[in-house]
Amino acid sequence: MAWVNAIIQGLLTGGLYALFATGLSLLFGVMKVVNLAHGDLAIVAGYIGVGVIAISHLPVLWSIPVVVAAMAVLGYVLQRSVIQAAISRGELITLIVTFGLSIIIENGLQQFFTANSRGLGVGDSFITASFSIGSQITVAWFNLAVFVVAVVVLVGLQQYLSYAKYGRLIRAVADDREAAQLSGADYRHVFGIAAAIAFGTVAIAGMADGMVTTISPTLGTDTILLFAFCAVVIGGLGSLWGTLVGGIVLGVAQAIGAQVNPSYETLAGYAVFLLVLVIRPQGLVSQGAEL
Amino acid sequence: MSTPLLEVSNLVVHHGQLRALSGISLAVYPGEVYALIGANGAGKSTLLRTIAGLHHPTSGTIAYDGRDVTRLRPEKRATAGIVMVPEGRRLFPSLSLEDNLKVGASYARSGPWTIDRVFELFPWMTERRGQRAAQLSGGEQQSVAIGRALVANPRVLLLDELSLGLAPVIVQRIYEMLPRVLDSGITVLLVEQDVSQALRVATRLQCLLEGRTTLEGTPAEVSREQVEAAYFGVTDGNGITDGIDA
Repeated sequence: MAWVNAIIQGLLTGGLYALFATGLSLLFGVMKVVNLAHGDLAIVAGYIGVGVIAISHLPVLWSIPVVVAAMAVLGYVLQRSVIQAAISRGELITLIVTFGLSIIIENGLQQFFTANSRGLGVGDSFITASFSIGSQITVAWFNLAVFVVAVVVLVGLQQYLSYAKYGRLIRAVADDREAAQLSGADYRHVFGIAAAIAFGTVAIAGMADGMVTTISPTLGTDTILLFAFCAVVIGGLGSLWGTLVGGIVLGVAQAIGAQVNPSYETLAGYAVFLLVLVIRPQGLVSQGAEL
Repeated sequence: MSTPLLEVSNLVVHHGQLRALSGISLAVYPGEVYALIGANGAGKSTLLRTIAGLHHPTSGTIAYDGRDVTRLRPEKRATAGIVMVPEGRRLFPSLSLEDNLKVGASYARSGPWTIDRVFELFPWMTERRGQRAAQLSGGEQQSVAIGRALVANPRVLLLDELSLGLAPVIVQRIYEMLPRVLDSGITVLLVEQDVSQALRVATRLQCLLEGRTTLEGTPAEVSREQVEAAYFGVTDGNGITDGIDA
């Protein structure tokens, strides 16, 4: 039963990992940008949340849409300025620029918010409220909610990409930017929309993370970026369903590792990551389910 | 005669150090089918791509409907009514046939062409609308590429090498759409390597050789010998063209 419990907890954590990884996957899939600042963006969202709550006294949950909207705008603006400039200069430059952004963000946050960790303070009762299945499995409502949100976001994004005008344009631009231009689409604007979505999803993840644990300025690259990378690679680059599968596999692997020995938690995640790279480098979900 | 819908003046284009076009001029009037012919590397596609906005000219101007569009971004030219069917089709391979057309219609001008009308023009598309573009044959892809351009309701349609890599019978079938396109009021500027095909459909033609104009006129005005000379770059009928014909 303890193992079943580990798998269920891992599955739920995997939802959060998938939410972290969605934006990373989208930016890579659409504009071939490996955003090394992606993890930091989740933390930025968390701190924006801290700020919004301090100023407006909104309840934490109500602050989420505000933070998501703010991050989406930030995503569009950053894309149209810094990232677009980097894209026009080559793929390697985007790596350097996003790495630079990551350093700027981390140091900026330390300057303004100190290196101390902060929580979003939703109250313990909210986070620890749970229900039991049998005697040994306890599921926290909050974790379940985050998992459901992750699935809803991914399904929603998939529907958007399939049927909405800009969703279709995002796929078109990912396929062939020049041909999209010939159809009248400004690919830079479409990239901006994709970045807004990516930043918006990572904002949800960042806020969830801030509620369930605490955030600190360096957490973005220390864990979030690495876990997001693992989820994307395990699932398959550029595939949204792959990202969900990758997040879940990573979460379950970590939970099982922790069940064996608490110190194996992170190690087990990376072991699965390496295993997938060796056995199935294209990821678990094949190209058929591309964006 | 009326004013030209599209007027290119003294266009010079470089690919890096290489001079691809050395002062090309042309004027396309409403309702025309203007054909650019020439051998590989003559600069036909470069000219078309520059008109579409994908290359920046070193000098010279492009005027559309009396307006200078030389510095306009490609997507703005498309929404203004200059729409290109690019060489090699360039469909969105992971999108379905119908989604390819929908992308074409995303920024469409108002006009007679709709996705349904394209399905009427190419009836086979209706049944296969959900199929991924990558799974279509070359000729089918070419038709979709034409449809994608038509649903934007262009005033000038630029067709770049429709026949590239396609069997002659397929090419014939694709060119059968041309009268319907012209009937809807669209002016056509096309690049074609297949000279006899070009002579058959064009109202006016220009032959390029190494980035220069070597011949211009209506198909009725130019003789076969003149076309051959302009195409291959031989200056007179002293026998050099003999044998190339084969």
